[in-house]
Amino acid sequence: MKITSSWLKDHLKTSVNIEKIISTLNNIGLEVESVATAGKNNFFFIAKIIKTEKHPNADKLKLCDVDIGSGKILKIVCGASNARDGLLTVYAGPGAIIPKNQLKIKVTNIRGVDSYGMLCSEAELGSSDESQGIIELNSKKFQVGSSYFKSNNEPAIDISITPNRSDCLGVRGIARDLSTAGLGKLIDLEEIKLKANIKNPFKVIIQSNSGCSSFAHCYIEGIKNTESPKWLKDKLISCGMNPVSAVVDITNYIMLDLNRPLHAYDADKIERKVIVRSSKKGEKFLALDDNNYSLEDTGCLITNEKKILGLGGVIGGESSSISLNTKNIFLESALFDPVKISKIAKKLGINSDAKFRFERGVDPNIMEYGLKLAVKIINELCGGKTSNIVISGESNFKNKQIKFNSEKFEKIIGSKISSTDIKKILNNLGFKFKESKNIYSIIVPTWRPDINEEVDIVEELIRIRGYNKIQLIRPEVDSSKEILTGKQKLHRFAQRSIANKGFMETITYSFTNSKIDSLFGLHNKNLLITNPISNDLDILRSSIFSNLLIHIKNNIHRNFEDQKIFECGPVFFGSKPGEQIAVIGGIQIGKIYRKNWLEKDKDVDIFEIKDCVYKTLIELGINEQELVVVQESESYYHPGRSGKFYLNLNKQLLLANFGEINPKVVKEFDIKNGPVFGFQIFLNNIPVINKQNTEKKNKYVVSNFQKIERDFAFIIDKKFEAKNIINTLFNLDKKLIKKIRIFDVFHGGNIEKNKKSIALNLVIQSQEKTLIDKEIDELSNKIIQIMQRSFDATLRS
Amino acid sequence: MDEILYLEKEFKSKIDQSDSIYKIEQVKSEAFGKNGKIGELFKKITTLQGEDRKNFASNLNKLKDNINNLINSKIRNFETKEINKKLSEDRIDVTLPGRPITFGKIHPVTQVIDEVTAIFGEIGFSVAEGPDVENEYNNFTALNTPLHHPARDMHDTFYLDQDREILLRTHTSPVQIRTMLSGKPPFKIIAPGRTYRCDSDQTHTPMFHQVEGLHIDKNINMGHLKGVLDYFIRKFFEVDKIKMRFRPSHFPFTEPSAEVDIGYELKDGKIVIGEGDKWLEILGCGMVHPNVLKNCKVNTSIYQGYAFGIGIDRLAMLKYGINDLRSFFETDVRWLEHYGFDPLDIPASYRGFSR
Repeated sequence: MKITSSWLKDHLKTSVNIEKIISTLNNIGLEVESVATAGKNNFFFIAKIIKTEKHPNADKLKLCDVDIGSGKILKIVCGASNARDGLLTVYAGPGAIIPKNQLKIKVTNIRGVDSYGMLCSEAELGSSDESQGIIELNSKKFQVGSSYFKSNNEPAIDISITPNRSDCLGVRGIARDLSTAGLGKLIDLEEIKLKANIKNPFKVIIQSNSGCSSFAHCYIEGIKNTESPKWLKDKLISCGMNPVSAVVDITNYIMLDLNRPLHAYDADKIERKVIVRSSKKGEKFLALDDNNYSLEDTGCLITNEKKILGLGGVIGGESSSISLNTKNIFLESALFDPVKISKIAKKLGINSDAKFRFERGVDPNIMEYGLKLAVKIINELCGGKTSNIVISGESNFKNKQIKFNSEKFEKIIGSKISSTDIKKILNNLGFKFKESKNIYSIIVPTWRPDINEEVDIVEELIRIRGYNKIQLIRPEVDSSKEILTGKQKLHRFAQRSIANKGFMETITYSFTNSKIDSLFGLHNKNLLITNPISNDLDILRSSIFSNLLIHIKNNIHRNFEDQKIFECGPVFFGSKPGEQIAVIGGIQIGKIYRKNWLEKDKDVDIFEIKDCVYKTLIELGINEQELVVVQESESYYHPGRSGKFYLNLNKQLLLANFGEINPKVVKEFDIKNGPVFGFQIFLNNIPVINKQNTEKKNKYVVSNFQKIERDFAFIIDKKFEAKNIINTLFNLDKKLIKKIRIFDVFHGGNIEKNKKSIALNLVIQSQEKTLIDKEIDELSNKIIQIMQRSFDATLRS
Repeated sequence: MDEILYLEKEFKSKIDQSDSIYKIEQVKSEAFGKNGKIGELFKKITTLQGEDRKNFASNLNKLKDNINNLINSKIRNFETKEINKKLSEDRIDVTLPGRPITFGKIHPVTQVIDEVTAIFGEIGFSVAEGPDVENEYNNFTALNTPLHHPARDMHDTFYLDQDREILLRTHTSPVQIRTMLSGKPPFKIIAPGRTYRCDSDQTHTPMFHQVEGLHIDKNINMGHLKGVLDYFIRKFFEVDKIKMRFRPSHFPFTEPSAEVDIGYELKDGKIVIGEGDKWLEILGCGMVHPNVLKNCKVNTSIYQGYAFGIGIDRLAMLKYGINDLRSFFETDVRWLEHYGFDPLDIPASYRGFSR
């Protein structure tokens, strides 16, 4: 909502300057977004013709390259004989309405060439009658890119009006607030007495459930619609509206002044019987914005029996629109249902000034006054004979009543307010009330639909009094509660644990490209977003890998071949609230070492990833003995080069998976930098350790007896997994075998095709004594035997 | 006696003449090895009697110690020289780079969430969470924003179904509803998390982060709200002097509502939080609307309190001078490297919120 201080002074008797107005507006909840001289939203700019050439298909037309400021050059077709290189003139862009003839400028194709606007003559701009050629401007006075109309106008204060304050969508409402805040006196509305010269020939019938509760109207005959006078044009322009013609400008003026939308119909284009009814699905309606809308059954229509005249409270119809030739008008001031208006406007995608206001609420008691004021000004500017005003539908509007206990103020705000202050504020805001023993019976003015209960009154009082009056109460240190739950601690620990292993944390959108997500995830249609921001962000991700791989690819394009990135975030398995799990996913690609004098280039391998996951799981508090790795795959992993970590052998809790991303999947991304490795840790499955610190450590047991190491090499069938060999050997003698290391795995050479050689190093130590040779030899023999029995392994000589 | 003097002379001369560790080792074995000359002389002791024997033995032992010391000292000399020689030859250029290290980083949003958690945690807030997918009731209706309320239009909502029942939460406020419905007052929580709006341009991303705050108890008033936010802003921005302004505003779920601005100035194109004469909006807050409490079965005649919502990405941008919101979610490794945090730099009240 834009206002100027002069317009404000139509309603507010004040001598304060604009700075004071701005700071007061901010303090009372009418946030000032900007203060700027109108023109930004205007469509007429100072422009310079850079180059002219003949139109390829028309002898009398020229094709001009025009600089409209900030280096923007447009092609414009122009017929003026004085259009020439270097000329400073006025450019009207798409959206501009030419003051002289009300022509709306669009991008148009003129004889095969697109023209992005128009260069204007003085007559077209309304500054003189000179219509020969385009306006020629002095380059000393005018700057390319600046607005042509700006010099006439004072700065507009652009206020962001919160949805509750519909009363401030009119200048008068803002003036009332400023007056209450002590900036001056609110000037009473002038009383308007209209003299009806003729009888109102219109009959308005409001059907039930039409979405219109009241319809005031007036007929004016024999007007001369004209260009508006300067005062009116200036007002509209400074507040960001384009003047059109006197009748239209007056209705807009009253909307901005009193938050009272009006609509004027060309009475010669409509019949005298007007029916207000609900719209039907599929009805067609050509609106003022030149769009042909197919209606839904939720709108309110102003109709004749055969014709739709307008979509009530939203937009007028093209067929009954006002032009400079209009002689007789039918003027509407009505009340429309906010919900109905909101629904239909949203469905049709229309965002008009009237809709914006009706949706938020208008004052029913200004309906008739606004109409009278419009008639009065139309009579003044355009003449004409006026009919009586007729109101169809409801005309008695009740006020809301609220009981307010002034103790409530202290309870909510923390400090007291005097009854003098309460009364003064309520009075100035237009509330009527009776007080007895701190209880106020308040009658809410009809322009404040947002005031419904006690706390609303509290807000009004503190808002005007100033939020800076609220006494600050310092918080106290309080450590009585745990800040994080066990699960939350775990998530945060896991994040930093992975980062500490050289991975960079990223955060990507929770949605992704459905085509890519289906490579990793569930391909669940329920996860599709009905109104995605773009086609490549059309689904909630069911895998953390989808976005990570996309970004890996982007970074490769930035010339980063070696990458370690991870994300900790939600992935979704259904579209119901809560159907999500927290996952840490990481991707590593490229080399571990590159161009280093100490080591050869070293590629990332699966064990790099596996170790990272393993170490993290242990750090997260998983007992090493309970952690089980299994050679199992998912479709997006290489079937032979991936695995899973479970808690315990019964494999109920999947803690993590890891592996080389399936080369078939990698191919889909067109990543050619060698294998890609990834892991996922399923944080929801990690058990939370809630032990007290005092219980966390086991008993301290160590052995000081000598430990012995023995090496063995076996030839064994390839199919046997290292995990099984290690488990089998540990189980042979848990007391003596302390550690098993695999230090060589080898196949090929002189070893049989289906066999491999595996070399083991065992650490043997007793808790009770130093072992003698005999005991060690016995254990060695048992090892060889069980290897033979369990795996058909032979000791390599 | 002559024999002892003779041997002393002989070995001293031999020790002097030894010019390598090998030669001195030979001298050592000549003196004390198998059939060594000094060793052999000890056999003579048994042939002597009385005073002679005593003197001879004493002198011989002195000789043995003397020669032994000389030899060992000579050996140590040679060893030291050898080690010194080896040390001087074994020099390595330690300024050569070692094996390449990759440093992991924590995303600024994670860091700021942890900072915010530490700050609010110290004054009794605990962390609550809610799902990213919400129903329309928790996101709007329960928060006093009925269907067709214009405030809904201000949230460009992503929907997952045609009926617009299931959506991506547009703010963290539904966590207020979940918290209150699943427990009994008092409530004192913060809820950081992802939020979504169907909006994408220079300053908006379809996903961003908020932290919700909710404190409901007996007699919690707007003065407490002001105090908590003042405390938070001072701690978070780590500046002593900070200008803060409460402005009336409107949110359907709070009444009265406020927006909070902090003062800043521009120095060399960079925002400096503190005393300047410009204002920057950083959060919205207010006293929880009675309708919201009623929707959550909280007795409004006993309990009341405040709520606030802060943009986390915005906080990170301001504190760490990051200009472009979109860059947060683009995973450019150069950006992550530059703006990321060391994983061991964990914000905590005992060690400071940032190092």
